[in-house]
Amino acid sequence: MTTRTHKVYAIERGTVIDHIPSPMALKVVEILGVEHEGILTVGINFKSDKLGTKDIVKVENLKLTADVTDRLALVAPKATINIIEDGKVVEKRTIHAPHEFKGLLRCPNPNCITNVEEVTSHFIREGEDDQPHVRCLYCERLYKKPSELVV
Amino acid sequence: MDFARRSIVSIRDFPRDEIESVVAMALDVKAGKWADALQGKVLATLFFEPSTRTRLSFESAMVSMGGRVIGFADANISSAKKGESLVDTIKTVTGYCDVIAMRHPVEGAARLASQVTTVPVLNAGDGANQHPTQTFLDLVTIQEEFGHMDGLTVGMLGDLKYGRTVHSLAEALSLFDTHQVFISPASLRMPETTIDELNKKGASYEQADELTKVESRLDVLYVTRIQKERFVDFQEYERVAGAYRIGRSELELLGAQCRVMHPLPRVDEISESVDSTENAIYFRQAHNGIPTRQALMGLVTGAIR
Repeated sequence: MTTRTHKVYAIERGTVIDHIPSPMALKVVEILGVEHEGILTVGINFKSDKLGTKDIVKVENLKLTADVTDRLALVAPKATINIIEDGKVVEKRTIHAPHEFKGLLRCPNPNCITNVEEVTSHFIREGEDDQPHVRCLYCERLYKKPSELVV
Repeated sequence: MDFARRSIVSIRDFPRDEIESVVAMALDVKAGKWADALQGKVLATLFFEPSTRTRLSFESAMVSMGGRVIGFADANISSAKKGESLVDTIKTVTGYCDVIAMRHPVEGAARLASQVTTVPVLNAGDGANQHPTQTFLDLVTIQEEFGHMDGLTVGMLGDLKYGRTVHSLAEALSLFDTHQVFISPASLRMPETTIDELNKKGASYEQADELTKVESRLDVLYVTRIQKERFVDFQEYERVAGAYRIGRSELELLGAQCRVMHPLPRVDEISESVDSTENAIYFRQAHNGIPTRQALMGLVTGAIR
């Protein structure tokens, strides 16, 4: 068997999201809303010292702002974001869980008004950045595994 | 502290100092300080789910302070029956009144209503979620009885799992320096989410499965009804419910200092023989709904400042 020279090809310009817990890469693409934004490279189940296995997503030619990447707080709270220009990392950042999430999650309570009337879901974060819980603003139920609520 | 135009959706929206301010205002109102303050104000009672006593309490509160009331008592006679959305109903009613009291079977309905109207909304119960005016009147009653909340030991007895009133009361009391004792059958314990909240706030509490096993001296015992429909097995219900009834002998165990409260309606969880004792304050508690709701309606309409 020949050695793979590249696991995922390096990009010249764009955003690399590393340290995504496996297998959340496709969910990450969906949450970022970049499915139709040019070339994407998705790697799943790479070996990782930190996570055991990890996923990686590379978005070419698009510099994602913190506002956008912070939406990953619920599925990949420990992800690292690298902004690439001319093949070099020009910015490196982590995820900061926003105080609230609008429209990103669905409340699983069937008797919540968000499942009865046309209302944008709205959750408030509680707890720490790396292990966020969310509370539905409407029915006030607390959910400890918010990643399961991602639409 | 300005409550004008503010909706009263959930007790969780209120920090301790605001709760104290509302409670003090309710006692001022009860003392007659704000007679006729609601003159010229119109309350709309939108009861998408029937609740006679809560609605009557709101209506009596408004009328006896000089205001007027419009509204409906059942979703079947409202436009909801014709398929109108809640948002449209609220937006329409906004033009007809100064304050809305609303009960709705769906959780979060009051929060949504408060977001689409310029008129303050008082949540009179949204499904299993919140009933903040009940919590306020419970706190008003405790304050009236003892003159303070700090330092009290408050027991809650019966169905602590499904009882909306006890969840809100426990969270509100955890803002004060109180000790709480939760007494219920294992299957009807205080839910984990409420316990988590109390832990987060560093509240002092204990749990017991029988009143006789409680060693703390209770200042208040808040009794709730254990409902038949929570049990598959009728005999199991009879056995459990029987163990959480308060009669004269339980009062002896509790002591003369203990005040017995109940959100009402009562069925048989408190014996009628308790009614005439000094311990029983549940009817006074229900009557405190009037000054409490008057204070809240006064504050949110700006009629009381």
